[in-house]
Amino acid sequence: MNKFLTWLFGSKPGSTKTLDTANTAPLTEQQLQAIVTNQNPRFELQQLVSAASQSVGKQRELNEDSLLSITTTMAGNSGNLPFGLYIVADGMGGHQFGEVASNAAIRTVAGYVLRKFHTYLFQIKTDTMDESFQEIMLGAVNEAQKSIQREAPGSGTTLTAALVLGQQITVAHVGDSRAYFVYPDGRIETVTRDHSLVKRLEELGHISAEEAENYPHRNVLYRALGQGEILEPDIFTLAFPQPGYLMLCSDGLWGVVSEQDIIRSINESPTLQRACQNLITAANLAGGPDNISVVLVQLIG
Amino acid sequence: MGSVYRARDMHFPNVTKLVAVKEMINTAPDPLVRETIVQNFEREANLLATLHHPAIPRIYDYFSLESRSYLVLEFIHGKDMEAIINDTSGFLTEEQVLNWAIELCDVLDYLHKHKPDPIIFRDMKPSNVMINSSGDVILVDFGIAKSFQSGIKGTMIGTEGYSPPEQYRGEATPMADVYALGATIHHALTRRDPRLEPPFSFSERPLRRINPSVSPEVEVIVNRALEYDPLGRFKSTAEMKDALMAVARKTGMLIRPGAQTGPVKTSGIKPLWSFKTEDEIRGTPTIFQGSLLIGSYDNNLYAVNAADGKFQWKYPTDGGIVSRPAVVDGNIYFGSEDKRLHVVSARSGKVVWTYYTNGPIRSSPRIAEGHIFIGSDDNNLHAVNLNSGRMAWRFETADPIRSTPFVLNELVYTGCESGDYYAIDFRGTLKWRFHAKRAITSSTIGTAQTLYFASVDSTLYALDPRNGWIIWRFRLGKPSISTPCIADEFVFVGASDGFIYAVEAKSSKEVWRFRTEHQVNGSPVIYKDSIYCGSVDGNLYCLEYRTGRLRWKFGTEGAITGTPLVYDDVVYIGSTDHQVYALLA
Repeated sequence: MNKFLTWLFGSKPGSTKTLDTANTAPLTEQQLQAIVTNQNPRFELQQLVSAASQSVGKQRELNEDSLLSITTTMAGNSGNLPFGLYIVADGMGGHQFGEVASNAAIRTVAGYVLRKFHTYLFQIKTDTMDESFQEIMLGAVNEAQKSIQREAPGSGTTLTAALVLGQQITVAHVGDSRAYFVYPDGRIETVTRDHSLVKRLEELGHISAEEAENYPHRNVLYRALGQGEILEPDIFTLAFPQPGYLMLCSDGLWGVVSEQDIIRSINESPTLQRACQNLITAANLAGGPDNISVVLVQLIG
Repeated sequence: MGSVYRARDMHFPNVTKLVAVKEMINTAPDPLVRETIVQNFEREANLLATLHHPAIPRIYDYFSLESRSYLVLEFIHGKDMEAIINDTSGFLTEEQVLNWAIELCDVLDYLHKHKPDPIIFRDMKPSNVMINSSGDVILVDFGIAKSFQSGIKGTMIGTEGYSPPEQYRGEATPMADVYALGATIHHALTRRDPRLEPPFSFSERPLRRINPSVSPEVEVIVNRALEYDPLGRFKSTAEMKDALMAVARKTGMLIRPGAQTGPVKTSGIKPLWSFKTEDEIRGTPTIFQGSLLIGSYDNNLYAVNAADGKFQWKYPTDGGIVSRPAVVDGNIYFGSEDKRLHVVSARSGKVVWTYYTNGPIRSSPRIAEGHIFIGSDDNNLHAVNLNSGRMAWRFETADPIRSTPFVLNELVYTGCESGDYYAIDFRGTLKWRFHAKRAITSSTIGTAQTLYFASVDSTLYALDPRNGWIIWRFRLGKPSISTPCIADEFVFVGASDGFIYAVEAKSSKEVWRFRTEHQVNGSPVIYKDSIYCGSVDGNLYCLEYRTGRLRWKFGTEGAITGTPLVYDDVVYIGSTDHQVYALLA
């Protein structure tokens, strides 16, 4: 091990440092682009990698966020199927037992999805599933709705869950946690739509984006898991960004760290784990007003 | 969570006095949660005990037993308004809804004038309104008519869809109930459940656009009740009642202005030209170098000048032609019910070579990578070398193939009449297979990400092209053999229920549907901002593809089962009236 570390971090025996006198010129835009977009070397085995991190923040005592991350790679002669499930749930307010709701949400959704896929993924069977990704996610959300109403009636939680199978990401979403696509060339795309009062007012043009920033009721949701009799989650399927990252987070991150800083934290970090830590640190440095949860996922190859 | 039981009050053994017992089961494991729930329940009981109005159920008692709490209430013979809306086919009459609305204004007004503090109902919606056996309304569920706790993060109260914007901010005034009543009337008159729509989106669903039989006066009242700004609404339910009464008196609620729709060109469309063959045209044309190529059930393939419809040549086969011709390097490829794949020179109309299968060919050829892929009723997918005309391989399927193969990422996809769906590589070996419950006659259309096709099992499928997993399924009203088409983020398809559907590709949500007067067996095509699709009712429809609004339709003398071709601002369509028509797009 020590040998390995020396090899990794030590200098070559006998080599003496010489001043680097090579001329350097600024890279052209094209060269930069080539480097940036070429971050994914070809891998024979397509695989999913992920990291997650969470913090209670600086101003709250209770952590009402819940987080779940499952990443698997299965490969063999019959092919190669990355499978992952990522969930962020942000329980709603104060005395209303939000932490119970968010915990029930992630466990119920994950349990439901894994049970559905168990037969098809972990048994020797060649048939395709007779349920669609979107039907499974809808079933999971409905199950979670029931379990929250049973465990903590009156409480509620956001839910942003991403099921990854091969190159398809199927998202189920309620509330104002978010899923993003972050690209190495510096673009960021919000793929979910907040079910918050402020977002809806902005969509309707009743308030401007600027007014939305300072809107007094930023936390009010019009749709949440556990609330209401009929729940209509947003469910949709997108292609995994390649090259790029899938990020799920609660408003403890997106509400306080700017998109620019999110992109920088991710693209400048050597690993996904470090990127997650940096994002949490950034949110806490900005005051950490709320619980923070973040998951980053990358599909390599 | 809870149930309502019908019970008999045994204090009165000699008569049958029915009561409703509302049970709430406290399943919360946490003692603090449990306590809060019991408190809420008792609050409802105490509130009800202070109210006396014919539209409010009387309360007789309440009690708790272990983890269950009970309210004993007046029993109402009847049905809730939501059930009535759902059980009615078509729309409820305006008269009916207006009567209920006026009674609801009455009872809300009673609550708003309650002393010492006004009571805001806060949860006005069809499922909280019972209609008793005499047709009168009874307001039920006072569970949240209570003092409001504002300022707590994430507080939601009321029912999404019916609640006004300010209620989410924790403000509750009588104007909130006005809004929710407006939403309730809107739901009752349109059958569109606001819980399934984005909040505050009523203005995007004007009453009379959905239900043209609603009078303009009622639309004005509902719009005013649904004003975004509370100050723009009726100041009280009493004022709203006055407005409703005025309409009721004025219109007599029986005389309604006739339904008016926008101007639609339905007649007077003249084709640029038409060309008559000797039998039905069931298939789809192709255009090549100014010639329109189309097969007919008179067994001929015709080449017609696309500009003026003048006959150029015809090529006879020994069977009907439904297969859509494909053109590569000046040669035309198509199948015929004479079991052959024919290859004809586009210039001369003379045969180049033919290829035999063991069954009629109703599938259309797909040409890729130097091969023709075509299905046959002989239960095989044939891969034929483009140059030699020799079979490269064939792949046996469970039943005849009538759909057109689709090629993507070095795989050939085809459905067959057994409902099996195959992904086959270029060597003719199966990569994966999928099974629908009924035949897949519809052809596949796809992107690198998703394959779309319809099935006779009344489903539009979206599959992952790499492994055949189902991404989503969209339920059609009836079986479909129509091939979908894609534009922007939408997938369009016809079905034998007569509808043309537009579905959002990523979420499988229906965007719109358009009703034709008979089965839609042909396939839609998109050109510029329009969608063109034929129907067995004989019409070719041109709709705005984003909204499904009819632009024009053109009637032919027979059913249309083929797909239109749009090229250079001209639409070409074949009909079973034996003719092919050219129309300005």
